[in-house]
Amino acid sequence: MSEPAPPTRDDDEADGATDATGESEPESESESESTDPTPVTTGASSVIRALENAGVEAAFGVQGGAIMPIYDALYDSDIRHVTMAHEQGAAHAADAFGVVRNEPGVCLATSGPGATNLVTGIADANMDSDGVLALTGQVPSGMVGSDAFQETDTIGVTTPITKHNYFADDADAVGDTVGEAFALAGEGRPGPTLVDLPKDVTQGGTDREPGPAETPKTTTPKTVPDDDAVAAAARAIEDAERPLMLLGGGVIKADAAEEARAFAREFGIPVVTTMPGIGSFPEDDELCLSWAGMHGTGYANMAVTHTDVLVAVGTRFDDRLTGGIDTFAPEAEVVHIDIDPAEISKNVHADYPVIGDAGNALDALSSEIAADPDTEEWREQCLTWKDEYPMDYATPEDEPLKPQFVVECLDEATSDRAIVTSGVGQHQMWAAQYWTFTEPRTWVSSHGLGTMGYGLPSAIGARLAAEDDQEVVCVDGDGSFLMTIQELSVAVREELDITVAVLNNEYIGMVRQWQDAFFEGRHMAAEYNWCPEFDKLAEAFGARGWRVDDYDEVADAVEEAIDYDGPSVIDFHIDPRENVYPMVASGGANGKFALSEDQL
Amino acid sequence: MSSEDSQANNSDEEIPKHGLQGPHPDERPHPTGRRNSQGIRIDPEVEAEHSPRRAVISALVEDEPGVLSRVSGLVSRRQFNIESLTVGPTTVDGHSRLTMVVEEPDPGIDQIEKQLAKLKPVIAVGELDDDMVRTELVLLKVEGEEPDKVHAVTDMYEGKTLDAGPRTITVQLTGDEQKIDDAVDAFRQFGIIEIARTGQTALARGDQATVPGEEPGTSGEPTTPANYDD
Ligand SMILES: Cc1ncc(C[n+]2csc(CCOP(=O)(O)OP(=O)(O)O)c2C)c(N)n1
Repeated sequence: MSEPAPPTRDDDEADGATDATGESEPESESESESTDPTPVTTGASSVIRALENAGVEAAFGVQGGAIMPIYDALYDSDIRHVTMAHEQGAAHAADAFGVVRNEPGVCLATSGPGATNLVTGIADANMDSDGVLALTGQVPSGMVGSDAFQETDTIGVTTPITKHNYFADDADAVGDTVGEAFALAGEGRPGPTLVDLPKDVTQGGTDREPGPAETPKTTTPKTVPDDDAVAAAARAIEDAERPLMLLGGGVIKADAAEEARAFAREFGIPVVTTMPGIGSFPEDDELCLSWAGMHGTGYANMAVTHTDVLVAVGTRFDDRLTGGIDTFAPEAEVVHIDIDPAEISKNVHADYPVIGDAGNALDALSSEIAADPDTEEWREQCLTWKDEYPMDYATPEDEPLKPQFVVECLDEATSDRAIVTSGVGQHQMWAAQYWTFTEPRTWVSSHGLGTMGYGLPSAIGARLAAEDDQEVVCVDGDGSFLMTIQELSVAVREELDITVAVLNNEYIGMVRQWQDAFFEGRHMAAEYNWCPEFDKLAEAFGARGWRVDDYDEVADAVEEAIDYDGPSVIDFHIDPRENVYPMVASGGANGKFALSEDQL
Repeated sequence: MSSEDSQANNSDEEIPKHGLQGPHPDERPHPTGRRNSQGIRIDPEVEAEHSPRRAVISALVEDEPGVLSRVSGLVSRRQFNIESLTVGPTTVDGHSRLTMVVEEPDPGIDQIEKQLAKLKPVIAVGELDDDMVRTELVLLKVEGEEPDKVHAVTDMYEGKTLDAGPRTITVQLTGDEQKIDDAVDAFRQFGIIEIARTGQTALARGDQATVPGEEPGTSGEPTTPANYDD
C-alpha cells in the first residue's frame, strides 16, 4: 500500500485565507484541486483525507441520513464511489476489490438498516480473513442509546465479526481512527474493521489533518519466525517420506505464492490447496493435486490421508477441509506456518508451529533444510491416485447439459488471469473443480461463511480492482443469483465488463443434493422452478442476456458474452439432477470420499 | 443434437466422458493412525487427551470503552468455560488488569490466551503459575437472629461486619477460594439470604511479572506489548 506523505496544512497560509487582505484569497476550489488538497474542515473531510492518505481508490456504498456528511465530503474527492443497490452488495464488492488488489476494500453505509445490511458481508470477510474497512453512519452521539430513528448498536452487532471496531466520538481524532482501522484491516492476518461515525462527529468542525495510517502497536504481529521453530520443522521435513504441502488462503494474502511454488519444486513436495488457497499453486503443474476437502479431488484427499509430514501454510483447518478431525491426516506430523498464533493447534495440533509471515517462513525453512527428503516414490503414488480418481463427468446423449462442461468451456474461452467469482452451492464447487486456476487472486468466493449472493457483487468489486485485460466471470447458481441480482443495475450503470454464467438447475441444488443423500430425497423447499428468465431479466436491467439449453450453443454464447464489452448474463439450463462429486460426508474421513450417491 | 457431436465440434478430445471412477471407499488403503478430539495425533505409546484444569489468566488491557464486553463476548462465543472475571485499573494511566479463571483442557487454555492476545485493546496476556497470590472478596447477608455466633464465625475467618440490623447481618470476607467456600459453608447454619462474590483476582508472586513483559507499574510507564517488535 502506498503511503504518500500526509498533506500538511500550512497554518500561515490557512490563516491568510481567512484574512481580509485578499492576497491569499486564491485558495479557491478549482485551484486548490490541482495544487493542494482542500483543507480538512470537518470530521467527515478528515475521514476522506485519511482514506486518500491510505491510497484508497474506490469505495462502495449506499447513501443515507447518518452517513450524508461523509458522502458530502466524498463529493470533493477523487476516490471513486460506486453506489450499490444494497449494502450487502457494497460489503461483498469491497471484499472482492480487496482480495484482487490484496489490500483492504472500503464500504460505506448509513446507520441502522444500512449498517445491518452490511453485516453479512462483514461476517463473510471475517471468516475469509479478507481486509475490509466498513464506515457506518450513526445517530448523533447525544442520541445514542435512546432508540433514535435508524439507530442500531452497530458496535455491539459487529463486535463478534470484526477484527476490531471503533466508535468515533471525536471529530479531531476521527481521521486517525479511520487510518488506523484501514491499516489494521490489512495488517498481519487481514480482516474486517469498522468505524461507526456519529453524525455530530462527522459534521463537527476540525482542522486536524490525519497522519499516515498506522496500526495500533498492541496488534503488531511477529513476521519473522523463531530460528528454533524453523530448525525443528526443517528436521521433520528432511526425514519425511511422504511430505505434502497444504496451501491455504493465507499464502495468497501473504503474497507468498512464489515462495510456496519455489519450496515445493525445490524439494519435490506434492501440493494440495484449500479452497481459499486455490490459485496459490498452478493446478496444471504435475506436483499439484488441486484442492482437498468435502468436494475436493479424490487424489488430494488421498494424499492428505496418507502423508506423513503435512506442511500447512496459512490455513485454519476448517472442517470442510479436514472432515472428521480424528481421521484427518492421521499419520502426519504437522508443520503449521501461520501469522496468527491463535491458529496454531486450534483445530489440528501442530507438532512444529512456525509463527510468522508465510514468505519469510518458507524462505527460512528452505535454507534450513540440509538434506532433501526422498520423495520420488511418494510422488509416483500421488500420480497413481490422479489416474485412479480423475476429475471427470459423463455427458450422456439423453441427459441435459452438464454444468462441468460449461465451466470447462468458460475456462477455455478466457485467459489464465481471468477472475472467477461465485455464489454458494453446487455451481461454486463445479467452478472450483473444473476451472484450472493457475494464478493467485483469480478465485474470489465465499468460503468460510458460504454466502449465497456473493457472486455478482463480488464480480463488481473484482472488475473495478482488476486490470483491463483480465476477464471477470461470475459463475452463479439460480438461487444465489436471485439473492443479489439487483446489483446488475450497478454493473449496467457503471458499464462493467462482467460475464455472469448462471448454472440454472431450478433448484437450490446443493440443498437438494443433501436431501437426496441424507433426507430420503424429500425435496422440502429446494425447488426454484419459479425462477425468472434470467436472460430477459438481464435485458430488462440493460445488460445482455442469452439462454442456453444445449451443448452446441455453449461455445457461441460464451464467446459472445466474453466479447461483449459490458455486463452479460448467460442462463445455462443445466441438468437439474446433477450432483457434485467427489464428496466427503460431513465429519467423515477424507480418504473415504464418495464418487456417487450410492457410496455415501 | 447429441452432446457427442457438439463436443466433437469444440475439440477433438476423446468423448464422451465417463463420470467419476476409482475404487470404492472400502477398497482403498486406509492408514491406521488416528487423532483425538483435540486434533492431536495419537501416539500408540502416549494417548494424549487433556482433561480440564483450572487456570488463572491475567491480561493487561487498554482501558477503553467496551473492553470488558469484547473479552467476555470472545470467551462466550468460543464456548470457553469461564468461572470468573474481574477487572480494575492499574498504576498506569489507561491500563486495566483483567483476571479470568477458566476451566478448560490445556489446548483450550492456550486458545483463550492466544485469542485474547489478538484483541486490539489487549496489551499482554499470561497464565499465572500456582505460586501466584490470589484472593477473592465476598459479601454475605445472613439472618440476624444470632448476632454473637455470626460475629464469632466472622472473626474465625478474619472477616468484617459491614452492616448489622435487627433482621440481617452483612459481612465481608476475603481469601482464596477454598477459604471462601469454607466460610460460606460455616455461615449456612444462620441462614444465608444473599451472596455477592467478586471472583478471583491475582498477581504473580515476588519479582515475577504477572503478564509477560510487564514492568513494575510504579514508574507509570506503559507496558510494551509482548509481541511488539520495534
Ligand atoms: C444466504 C444463504 N442462505 C442459505 C444458504 C444455504 N444454502 C447453501 S447452498 C444452497 C443452494 C444454493 O442454490 P443455488 O445458488 O441455486 O446453487 P446450486 O447449488 O443450485 O448450484 C443453499 C440454500 C446459504 N449458503 N446462504
